[in-house]
Amino acid sequence: MTHHLKRLSWLAPLPLLAGCKPVVLAPSGDVAARQAELLVQSTLLMLIIIVPVMALTVWFAWRYRATNKRASYDPDWDHSTKLELVIWAIPLMIIICLGALTWVGTHLLDPYRPLDRISAEKPVEQAPLQVQVVAMDWKWLFIYPEQGVASVNQLAVPVDRPVEFTLTSTSVMNAFYIPAMAGMIYAMPGMQTTLHGVFNAPGEYQGLASHYSGHGFSGMRFKAVALDGAGFEDWVAQAADSGRTLDRARYLELEKPSENVAPMAFASVDPQLFQRVVNMCVEEGRMCMAEMMAYDAQGGLGLPGIANIAALTDPDIRGAARPVLGLPPFQVSGICSVEELEQMLASAGTTEPAAPRDLSPIRGRGLDAPQGIFGRQPVPGQLTQSVPQDGADQNL
Amino acid sequence: MAISADDIQTTFLLGRLDWHAIPQDPIVWATFVVVAIGGVAMLWMLHKYRLWSWLWTEWFTSVDHKKIGIMYIVLALVMFVRGFADAIMMRLQQAIAFNGSEGYLNAHHYDQVFSAHGVIMIFFVAMPFVTGLMNYVVPLQIGARDVSFPFLNNFSFWMTVGGAVLTMMSLFVGEFAQTGWLAFPPLSGLGYSPYVGVDYYIWGLQVAGVGTTLSGINLLVTIIKMRAPGMTMMRMPIFTWTALCTNILIVASFPVLTATLVLLTLDRYVGTNFFTNDLGGNAMMYVNLIWIWGHPEVYILILPLFGVYSEVVATFTGKRLFGYTSMVYATVCITILSYLVWLHHFFTMGSGASVNSFFGITTMIISVPTGAKIFNWLFTMYRSRIRFELPMMWTIAFMLTFVIGGMTGVLLAVPPADFVLHNSLFLVAHFHNVIIGGVLFGLFAAVYYWWPKAFGFRLDPWWGKVSFWFWVVGFWTAFAPLYILGLMGVTRRMRVFDDPSLQIWFIIAAFGAVLIAIGIAAMFIQFGVSIMRRDRLRDETGDPWDGRTLEWATSSPPPAYNFALTPVSHGLDTWWDMKRYGQTRPRATYVPIHMPRNTGAGVVIAGFATICGFALVWYIWWLAVLSFAGVVAASILHTFNYARDYHIPAEEVRATEDARDRQLASAGV
Repeated sequence: MTHHLKRLSWLAPLPLLAGCKPVVLAPSGDVAARQAELLVQSTLLMLIIIVPVMALTVWFAWRYRATNKRASYDPDWDHSTKLELVIWAIPLMIIICLGALTWVGTHLLDPYRPLDRISAEKPVEQAPLQVQVVAMDWKWLFIYPEQGVASVNQLAVPVDRPVEFTLTSTSVMNAFYIPAMAGMIYAMPGMQTTLHGVFNAPGEYQGLASHYSGHGFSGMRFKAVALDGAGFEDWVAQAADSGRTLDRARYLELEKPSENVAPMAFASVDPQLFQRVVNMCVEEGRMCMAEMMAYDAQGGLGLPGIANIAALTDPDIRGAARPVLGLPPFQVSGICSVEELEQMLASAGTTEPAAPRDLSPIRGRGLDAPQGIFGRQPVPGQLTQSVPQDGADQNL
Repeated sequence: MAISADDIQTTFLLGRLDWHAIPQDPIVWATFVVVAIGGVAMLWMLHKYRLWSWLWTEWFTSVDHKKIGIMYIVLALVMFVRGFADAIMMRLQQAIAFNGSEGYLNAHHYDQVFSAHGVIMIFFVAMPFVTGLMNYVVPLQIGARDVSFPFLNNFSFWMTVGGAVLTMMSLFVGEFAQTGWLAFPPLSGLGYSPYVGVDYYIWGLQVAGVGTTLSGINLLVTIIKMRAPGMTMMRMPIFTWTALCTNILIVASFPVLTATLVLLTLDRYVGTNFFTNDLGGNAMMYVNLIWIWGHPEVYILILPLFGVYSEVVATFTGKRLFGYTSMVYATVCITILSYLVWLHHFFTMGSGASVNSFFGITTMIISVPTGAKIFNWLFTMYRSRIRFELPMMWTIAFMLTFVIGGMTGVLLAVPPADFVLHNSLFLVAHFHNVIIGGVLFGLFAAVYYWWPKAFGFRLDPWWGKVSFWFWVVGFWTAFAPLYILGLMGVTRRMRVFDDPSLQIWFIIAAFGAVLIAIGIAAMFIQFGVSIMRRDRLRDETGDPWDGRTLEWATSSPPPAYNFALTPVSHGLDTWWDMKRYGQTRPRATYVPIHMPRNTGAGVVIAGFATICGFALVWYIWWLAVLSFAGVVAASILHTFNYARDYHIPAEEVRATEDARDRQLASAGV
């Protein structure tokens, strides 16, 4: 952590920043530090042109004031091709540099991309700690699938171990942000996002909701605690001793709006809870989205699909309201067997590739591996996709 | 406290309008009392001085683009006071809500305040101000007698007023949206916002949006079809060019807003699932759609002001604008690029790195033509004779302020930087930096610049300078701390804070807001003082600033017909050339001038539309049906009004022009 501070230490003399804690510029996590680095580099790059423009503005305004009769006056001079080339070219060149920096930085610091280092000096040694995050009204739920515990409004992670957050939300949009650790990512209902980050120094950090989410938004803060390995074990053990169980019924209780919620821990968690939240089927009887999409992918259920709707299990559930000119809210009942569904949900979480194909900075994960500059080498698998040979792949 | 759906019973007569609609908040009551006293006093004054019929016949029913332009700007100034009151309330709340204090605004009230602030400042201050300015100046600059569709112009204005009325009404009857100014679902859906707030938002914007779209079409056709002979596209004054691009943007983007709000309306009223969580709805669709409108909207606001700065710089430096052609191309580039950047508003919603990079880089590319513009103004100042009148002062303040805002904007376009600054107070500081430092400063420059044209006298410079310095210093005092707070990881729209070290910055920001308040007060005092001293500030020449474009060729204020004889353009800076080559005022035989006749139809139709909006907010179906029928019937009836035009007799034109000759002679021109 200290080396980041050192690198940014030239900022300290800035009188305006001297008196405050610009956590965004001097964070303790490697990802946030690299983001801050890019922020500073971009600013410096732009100052190359901003400072001269501001200076010229002041100088020209002073020099060519009407009372200064010694300055030259050329009222019909309104064009100079050379000068115009320069004034278009200089910003363009700066933008080209900034654009390259952006392309590289965006791919390198893509929140979906697993970390390739702990810090400048430390390579990755451990697999990332999995944390599932649910934004609720108005508190955060953290589920630790490997440890089998969960907590509300308190996040504890080990120092120097990558953390992979998978996020969703119960009701409205929100954004998950620990300024000292890594940039933010949205948490949205029915959708799942991912964020990778790491803490490089132990301590207690501020975590917050950074997208307005309604009445209790201001109080939706949590402490993010970075602990050493033993400390984290202790924390997990403490949570496991709390005696509370987070099953689906308890979750539906927890989901109800509450504000300024004190930290709380759960000793055990329904292992499929997070997948059920993402698939919006925590309540008994609701069809999970994964199931619905599987039917739709096969052409839908047809007419029987209409008969498959039922009144809400919980008519008071938040977010359900009868529109003045519409039908009362309803839900679609699931028809899979419990075993099928469990299989479906279990596989839903593991569809993402475990490791990126390509960690080089410029190329995005998910892009093809670099090819020769002159002509791409055809890859057999790709060829069949782009050129259907026997008509079998026409729907591609 | 928010009202839950269970409290509300719907009746046939009043829909869901019942005693719950009275806000339970002493601050709102006090505001109501003040507004009511002010309103009654104004009505009494109008009655006492018998101004009703003057207002109705000379202003409300007028189809004269100059009067409609002025009415737009009056609307913008009135709404500006409301929007600024919201701003002061937020600054005060955030300055005191520390150390366990809840501040003085509860969440229900505070959330409405910041939502209303954004909606009002964008839709009912900046938009009408810009539209009013284009309305006033564009026909004069292109040597036209009026806009292409004068009645439509009047109707557009009243629709904008209707939207503003609905938004203002929400303060005292019901509530406003508590969703932020773009009302993202699912929060703005019926499930999470069951009461009338979001419905006021929807119908206020829909009613005003009709006006904006129609006015965009009107000005677009005017610029394309009604230019003076000889004024080719590349001879148009630069303000007219920027107005053209702005109206192209309006016509192409406002329908997107309308459609998006229709989908949200369907979700809320009939239970479709476009943006809900269930049944295949996707809230991100709304986010995409609203920003596909929302980003061009930013350029709708700033482009005309780029035009204003260009006119002001050329006039007050006494020099041709440097690089007119590249200025035009820069404007066109920005117009096109503004459609390719919308996703930069939500890099953090989980798009892939390549998508984010694409939109980040297109955003940065916009800074190239914008930078070229700044250089063009700069080199217009080079080897010139700068007169530091108020419009020029605002322009210099703009150039120094806007480059910082532009820089932070490009910074936010770098996705990794945006990941740590998105939704932070840094972002809030950035967009106020460009909207105040770019749009508002430009609007002030424009008001000082064209006020003598509109009213025949200048504004008092002393109060103007007081206002200028309080504004500029106040702006930086209010928003520099927000940049710093953003770097400290503070998010926007927070109502209470727990970190006491932040408080000092919020106090400084609040102090800046007070300085701005003094600047605003000085500006209104300036208007009052100038009106009282108008005889001393009188401009007889019609060309007080030694202008360059055609609007300065006519008298101040211009006659109803603008130009007795249509001017002919032989190049850029038509009026400058006329002066330079000693062209005398033409004395041909005057012919009767064909003019559009005033009509009250615009007020009536827009009035019905506003009532319809109110009825739909409150589910008063019989009233909604009746008032919608009123809209249709009044529109049809208006088509049977054949008394739409009249001729100003040649003698009257001659008398006006002779009086103008005597005026010019006495001014020694």
